[in-house]
Amino acid sequence: MKPAPFDYEAPTSVEAACKLLAEAGGGATLLAGGQTLMPLLALRMSQPFILVDINKIPALQGISRSGNATRIGPMTRQCEGLESKVLEQHLPVLVQALRHVGHHQTRNRGTIGGSIALGEPAAEMPATAVALGAVIEIASVRGTRRVKADEFYLGPYLTVLEPDELVVGIEFPDWPAGHVTLFRELAQRPGDFALVGFVGALTIEAGRIARAGLAWFGMGPTPVKARQAEAALLGQDVAKLDMAQIAELAIADTAPFDDHHASAEYRRTVGRRLFSRTLREALGRKEAA
Amino acid sequence: MSTHSIELTINGRREVGNVEGRMTLCDFLRIDAGYTGVHVGCEHGVCGACTVIVDGKAVRSCLMLAVQADGAQVTTAEGLAAADGSLHPVQQALRDEHALQCGFCTPGVLMTLAALTEGAQKPSEEALIGALSGHICRCTGYQGLRRAVRRLGGEP
Repeated sequence: MKPAPFDYEAPTSVEAACKLLAEAGGGATLLAGGQTLMPLLALRMSQPFILVDINKIPALQGISRSGNATRIGPMTRQCEGLESKVLEQHLPVLVQALRHVGHHQTRNRGTIGGSIALGEPAAEMPATAVALGAVIEIASVRGTRRVKADEFYLGPYLTVLEPDELVVGIEFPDWPAGHVTLFRELAQRPGDFALVGFVGALTIEAGRIARAGLAWFGMGPTPVKARQAEAALLGQDVAKLDMAQIAELAIADTAPFDDHHASAEYRRTVGRRLFSRTLREALGRKEAA
Repeated sequence: MSTHSIELTINGRREVGNVEGRMTLCDFLRIDAGYTGVHVGCEHGVCGACTVIVDGKAVRSCLMLAVQADGAQVTTAEGLAAADGSLHPVQQALRDEHALQCGFCTPGVLMTLAALTEGAQKPSEEALIGALSGHICRCTGYQGLRRAVRRLGGEP
């Protein structure tokens, strides 16, 4: 239950971190908030030769506005996100989702970018990035590139990140003021991984849905973008939405699995109900479930 | 395997150490610095027993490396009571409400509640109860903790 030996490095710039990763030739692991990596080290499921601690790189921290987007430095702590006025104003559903990430004590160290880069399929942050159309900025000694969140995840804990790459920013496009937010998750206890969850945003213009971003978590090997439901919602009259049909389309994109917490069928059944109920509540409709 | 010299403040006292990169903060506090009030339960971030205050925030000391605490202000359960032995308000509340049984989880619970009630504006009882979800009490002595929290919380 003690980590295996490693060399510890704490670079103070993105360039120095990239250089360390490149020189390590795949033998390095990045330490962000450590709230997932430290258990993996303690259990010796992860045994890097070099641990590159990116906590001392100022350029990776903080939340800023640029043009019509909000940029979150990956090393922004989850607790800072919860207290951010910028996020409260521009990304309210992200703040809602953050309240469900781990526990108070782990949010004090855990980072938004760490969760996004890790790619736990039942985690809230990756699905939020996918739903809202975030773009992930990646750096290495080879240069920088930008990848859409819905093209970033390949499988459980598997992303497009190469071993020499580092996430240096997450850019969330603006959703108009007053947009509708959707968030719901079912977990056995507060702080547990979600059995079923989804997050999303909608904009309504003249009574019709003008833009929709929806993603599931805990419902497949990666966060799952509900593409069919998004497409079906566009242009729809809010007053005449067929909730059951939209929920069916939303579920159709998922690929849940059986595990010792719940069966795939349970996840689909609960997901369908939670989805239609949350959509109905968010749109302010009153019919019984 | 790298070693690092670190300097930090623990309960107001300056401490120096020479640590391997892999040493966790909880092991440094207990073994090198002698603060055995830091209880180590699961060692992988689940139980909350090792919670300490680092730079004003309650964190799990098993999920942080000792080398990362270089330059930090750390408070452990030993640092709560006043020099004359009078109890910290959180300790007093837990004592008055019989909010501990075997006591193993207690230091971690104390540090979470102490960090949250430090400021002038006290968090709501609901927020404090929410933060206690990060602690597991194997005696299941949660009702006493709830009573203690009721005394510590601010206006909702």
